Amino acid sequence: MSSDADPVLAVDDLRKRYGETVALDGVDLAVADGEFVAVVGPSGCGKSTLLRVLSGLEAQFDGRVAVGGTDVRAGGSDDVGMVFQEPRLLGWADVRENVAVGLPADVDPERPAARDRVDDLIETVGLDGFADSRPDELSGGMAQRVSLARGLAYDPAVLLLDEPFSALDRLTKADQQDHLLDVWERRGTTVVLVTHDVEEAVYLADRVVVLDGQPGTVASVVDVDVERPRERADPDLVALRREVTDALGR
Amino acid sequence: MAADTRTEPRTIGPVALPSAERFRPLLGLLVPAALVVVWHLVVATGTVAAYQLPTPLRVAETLSGMAASGELWGHVAVTLRRVALGAGLGIVAGTAFGTVTGLSRTASDLLDPLLQSLKNIPSLAWVPLFLLWFGIGETAKVLLIAVGAFFPVYLNLSTGIAAVDEDLLEVAEVYDLGRVESLRRVVFPAALPDLLVGIRGGIGLAWMFVVAAELIAASQGIGFLLSDGRTLARPDIIVGSILLFAFLGNCSDVAAKGVRDRVVGR
Ligand SMILES: Nc1ncnc2c1ncn2[C@@H]1O[C@H](COP(=O)(O)OP(=O)(O)OP(=O)(O)O)[C@@H](O)[C@H]1O
Ligand SMILES: [Mg+2]
Repeated sequence: MSSDADPVLAVDDLRKRYGETVALDGVDLAVADGEFVAVVGPSGCGKSTLLRVLSGLEAQFDGRVAVGGTDVRAGGSDDVGMVFQEPRLLGWADVRENVAVGLPADVDPERPAARDRVDDLIETVGLDGFADSRPDELSGGMAQRVSLARGLAYDPAVLLLDEPFSALDRLTKADQQDHLLDVWERRGTTVVLVTHDVEEAVYLADRVVVLDGQPGTVASVVDVDVERPRERADPDLVALRREVTDALGR
Repeated sequence: MAADTRTEPRTIGPVALPSAERFRPLLGLLVPAALVVVWHLVVATGTVAAYQLPTPLRVAETLSGMAASGELWGHVAVTLRRVALGAGLGIVAGTAFGTVTGLSRTASDLLDPLLQSLKNIPSLAWVPLFLLWFGIGETAKVLLIAVGAFFPVYLNLSTGIAAVDEDLLEVAEVYDLGRVESLRRVVFPAALPDLLVGIRGGIGLAWMFVVAAELIAASQGIGFLLSDGRTLARPDIIVGSILLFAFLGNCSDVAAKGVRDRVVGR
């Protein structure tokens, strides 16, 4: 699609090993500004590893990985936010404080405007009434939504999401997916979303990258050229779903 | 319905036991109370000579007599002041060193082996050295107590900070909290329970060390009272002083535990 413009995320022949385990082997990926890319693949194929490398958390790997033109090893980028696969909440802090961790560094969390923003986010992820609760008082799916709200609070240019809806029921999941699309469209965010849910990948993304494991390599890339706003039951999406599923089935 | 829900947690089987849990802490007093009775009996029956062990009543009389004359309060106040100053100093120093070694691998490699070996020196072994260095005044005693209080605080905080969940540090990194904010919002709150455990242990050791300091070189304080009791061949004073140490040490421990439970328990 817009691969002629300079990509915001450029992954070139990425190879990542953990000791003996090769997690990713020769992965190439270019994500354009404002693009929504979904990454699917079997468990253990290196999806989380790919996001960790993109977010600058992994210092050691082979190949070239750049965000906005700068190498990720040259210091963590302020432009990249990540919603981890696990909620990773501060156990001693309430929901409001946990979401406020995501506020950009130059925003004072005590300011009324910042508080309002945090409360808005808590409401959008459907947790109004739980702002003062602690993580151990939340269910798994609720904790996951706090973590999602924290990522949205950061409002980064590049948002990496690692299975952010995996613990949610169907209806809540659909709501949160549509909300994410809303943020993506309004803010022009570049999104990379890891998921196991093929339906979700096809419904949300401009492109679906199918990884094959292990070691993880790009098996195929499926373009989703379907007009937005999309219908979940759109026959084109259903056909693409089958295409992605076929690519997944080794 | 509402009444049902309220009584339910207190029901064991079909019989309601209202507020049985409230008396549970009193169980801990049962054994000491029995011991006091046995103590009284062995002395009263002459199994143990009264010049070696006075009756509980005698000890209580001695203590209340000294309290009435005002003599007791002077000693208690002096000891409390030493413990407070020494423990305070030790906690501050332990917090400082624990923070530095917890945060910096290099600082830990430099300092930890030394501090780990110093911690094994018994309290009494320090006394002659401290007397030599600081004389027999208050400085020597307060510093000695500070040494005692230092180690538990240092050890707990240092390991606590170093053991902060890597996953949370990654969160701080990804969201660019920066050094200061990630310390304030992630590292210190995560290590706070360890610090409080250390402080509780430090206060306990402060009481151990105050005895060492006062037994050897003091003209005031409960430790002095203790050694004075021996010189005067007054077992009632000796036992009374020991009980006083036990009581005060216990009070401070309960207070430290209370603070810990309040902060961490929520
Ligand atoms: N810290 C680590 N140390 C050692 N091996 C690791 C580490 N992290 C990941 N791996 C290995 O790298 C491979 C890819 O792991 P990764 O977490 O990226 O998989 P994933 O695709 O996200 O799986 P899932 O869908 O189950 O989350 C796995 O074989 C895993 O064992
Ligand atoms: Mg994963």
